[in-house]
Amino acid sequence: MDFLHTDLETLHEQLVNKEITAVELAEATLSNIAATDDTYEAFITVMKDEALAEAKAIDEAGIDPDNILSGIPYGIKDNLVTKGVTTTAASKILQNFKPIYDATVIEKLRANGAVGVGKLNMDEFAMGSTSETSYYRKTKNAWDQTKVPGGSSGGSAVAVAAGQVPFALGTDTGGSIRQPAAFNGIVGMKPTYGRVSRWGVIAFASSLDQVGVFTRTVKDNARVLSAMAGQDEKDQTSSDIAVPDFTANLTGDIKGLKIAVPTEYFGAGINADVKATIKAGIAKLQELGAEVEEVSLPHTKYGVAAYYILGSAEASSNLQRFDGIRYGFRPEGVKNLDDLYVQTRSQGFGDEVKRRIMLGTYSLSAGTYDAFFKKAAQVRTLMNEDFQNVFAKYDLIIAPTTPNVAYNFGANEDDPEVTYMNDVLTIPVNMAGLPGMSVPAGFVNGLPVGMQFIANRFQEETIYRAAYAYEQATRLFEQVPGGNK
Amino acid sequence: MAVPNFETTIGLEVHVELKTNSKAMSPSPVQYGAEPNANTNVIDWGYPGVLPQANKGALEYGMMAALALNAEVTRDLHWDRKNYFYPDNPKAYQITQQQEPIGRNGWLEIEFEGEKKRVGITELHVEEDAGKNTHGTDGYSYVDLNRQGTPLIEIVGAPDISSPDEAYAYLEALRQAIQFTGISDVKMQEGSMRVDANISIRPVGSKEYGTKVELKNLNSFNYVRKALAFEEDRHAKIYMAGGTIKQQTRRFDEATGETILMREKETADDYRYFPEPDLTPVHVTDEWIAEVRAKLPESATERKARYVDELGLEVYDSEVLTQTLAMANFFDATVAEGADPKRSANYLMGDVNAYLNEKQVDLEETALTPAHLAGMIKLIDDGTISTKMAKKVFAAITQGEDPVEYVEANGLKQLSDPAVLTPIIDGILDDNEQSIIDFHNGKDRAVGFLVGKIMKETKGNANPNVVNELLMAGLQARKPE
Repeated sequence: MDFLHTDLETLHEQLVNKEITAVELAEATLSNIAATDDTYEAFITVMKDEALAEAKAIDEAGIDPDNILSGIPYGIKDNLVTKGVTTTAASKILQNFKPIYDATVIEKLRANGAVGVGKLNMDEFAMGSTSETSYYRKTKNAWDQTKVPGGSSGGSAVAVAAGQVPFALGTDTGGSIRQPAAFNGIVGMKPTYGRVSRWGVIAFASSLDQVGVFTRTVKDNARVLSAMAGQDEKDQTSSDIAVPDFTANLTGDIKGLKIAVPTEYFGAGINADVKATIKAGIAKLQELGAEVEEVSLPHTKYGVAAYYILGSAEASSNLQRFDGIRYGFRPEGVKNLDDLYVQTRSQGFGDEVKRRIMLGTYSLSAGTYDAFFKKAAQVRTLMNEDFQNVFAKYDLIIAPTTPNVAYNFGANEDDPEVTYMNDVLTIPVNMAGLPGMSVPAGFVNGLPVGMQFIANRFQEETIYRAAYAYEQATRLFEQVPGGNK
Repeated sequence: MAVPNFETTIGLEVHVELKTNSKAMSPSPVQYGAEPNANTNVIDWGYPGVLPQANKGALEYGMMAALALNAEVTRDLHWDRKNYFYPDNPKAYQITQQQEPIGRNGWLEIEFEGEKKRVGITELHVEEDAGKNTHGTDGYSYVDLNRQGTPLIEIVGAPDISSPDEAYAYLEALRQAIQFTGISDVKMQEGSMRVDANISIRPVGSKEYGTKVELKNLNSFNYVRKALAFEEDRHAKIYMAGGTIKQQTRRFDEATGETILMREKETADDYRYFPEPDLTPVHVTDEWIAEVRAKLPESATERKARYVDELGLEVYDSEVLTQTLAMANFFDATVAEGADPKRSANYLMGDVNAYLNEKQVDLEETALTPAHLAGMIKLIDDGTISTKMAKKVFAAITQGEDPVEYVEANGLKQLSDPAVLTPIIDGILDDNEQSIIDFHNGKDRAVGFLVGKIMKETKGNANPNVVNELLMAGLQARKPE
């Protein structure tokens, strides 16, 4: 079975009423993945045995009628470590790496009865915007298999958009949840930095990474995040701010909501049709009772440059541990220890990863630190101030998620900078540690457009409330790849 | 040995391992001498997906050291990453405090050649230790990560030291100051205290410092002194011959007493420091500092003053007793058990120290307890045992025996009861009339003879003071007509 025309509430009801067992649901999910994944290539590893065993245990214990995730299958981005299940971060260097512990989010979802069915494709170490840097698979856009799925969480987005799973986990460092959600016409939430534990996330850029969730509807998204969020003693950057029930304010009423629309997010690089789609979306929000005003986030233009310095600097440090000694890929026929290190990394890392390690190492070096890392950190402070100035007066910022809809494979392979610029609208949210969510807003040339909802730190509730009202008014979630219902 | 016409500049960097229960950045236990890799977890291995968990206790210990060394405590701290790739450092960076060390601008008072002097402490920072590589005879190298993540403080001393002997005095004073805070064992032989030294010499009166050389592998204070003296001399000879000193790292060879070139530094290492993004910044409040200050135990200086002013000890005794924290604590506990301070001090400085030297053990490794030592001293003071008997009792209490029980069980009680002693003394006087006559003729030897008889009769258990008293009374009573 696929999950294109159902939501968590419906599935939960069916499980509680014993119309279907958790094992039957897991089996149906696995067989659909087997039938469709040659087309989408969303999965790196399918967790057949683990999923069936967990589903069986849930059936034996009985579906928990008070827990909407009880017995629900889901997909996991392959940079979240899973005990005993190969976790590669889509890199050759972690080939056959079977972690000995579970990420906190995995533990939490399991405690809620959710059943992991597989590990999803992504850009190598989450570095990329198309999932093309994966060593393992070439994930296709759910709407048009000649187009990229976006990235880095491309597999997660496609698995949900193509109905392979009802929800999937992703991570977002510079847009890696919101951009593929936009490209595949689904809902993708990057929560506030510190909202969800990063314990067990194979780090890319520690000060920017955050775990989030892909769903087809806003309410489903709110439900899953409620189960995942919260302070974790294993992640000292996780916040002790209480986690509310994110579904509490999903009334459809947004009268008086103050919305800011930043001029800089509708600049020259943004596709005119995308702009028009988002403007129409904003008009819809106004129609629903929101007050909309234009604002300025003046340091937006420095965001991409600063992000690639800071993110790459942190990555260059985080990725030093991959040396071929303790786990993962180890090359054959090496001459000595130094050669082992060199060959492991030369063969184990892909080009994009190497590029960022070099960029990051350079920007942290003694002669360049002040001009690069330090300057970028200052830009980050200014960008944060820009947002705080806006949130002093407004509840929410609305903008396009991406400058364009999904494009062809290999489109920017000669010029990584063009790909980098695609993240211009999502990066500022990570730089300021804000929550941001992409919600379907329409289509351009038959491909989905995402509208980005951005709130102040720990104000995910505001995003869900507004996005729910918008979604219910437009009902765009009813449009699915391969035809409407 | 001072070098004529040159003056020496020495700065010492001391690493001290902190005695926290768990590691600086993970919940693994800190314990010396465990099976290799027994005290490790995924964080210590730098496993994919892990995050550091900063131990608040390690930071507090750092604050204690800062306060003990009269340093300013930094209020807004963050952790930094020091990146370097080495097999004993599996995540390839060390979490340290590069930009905001826990303490700055401190000082330590040392006494050298009768003069008091303050040596500056430039900064103190808390950081994590690396693991340990060993190279087996089987052709393999082994990595033990037990030490990986053990909290350290690095104490960077100012270049205020002007001779190898003064360096030695500084290290003694530093070891004592840190030990009395209770944050570290500060044992060079177990690696819980490690010293790197920087030395340069320059012609007397020169404004510029000479080129400095860094010394490593200094495994005792004595080796530090020897290595510095060797370098002082080596530099002088090179300068006198018209040569130049190269910036080098050298290690001390214990067998030859010489320093050997490890590496020459053309450029500084680039550790690509940056703020640790996995840990949040820490704000140190006035309240927190006050709380930590309140927890700080009495320093050696404070104890010395108390021993002299309140307990009436000699200055020299107070210094001997405070050489180690274990000794000072033992002394305080013995006095707290009711023993006379002067006698307690004498026993600790005499018999106890002799015992420790003979057995080559530390006080805390023995079965001796303050209660038992105090018990023995009280038995002496109340006349139950003689100081001679006390030798036997002391041997017993070093084996953990209770002095009162031991005295009881071995019949070591001194005979002090006149009702028991008088008939014995009378009997001996009856049998030795000549001695009575001798005594009254002024021959003192007679008393010794009689005491010997009495002691023999009482198997040495008679209280000499009581015996003396009773004997004198008996002799006076038998004064010949």
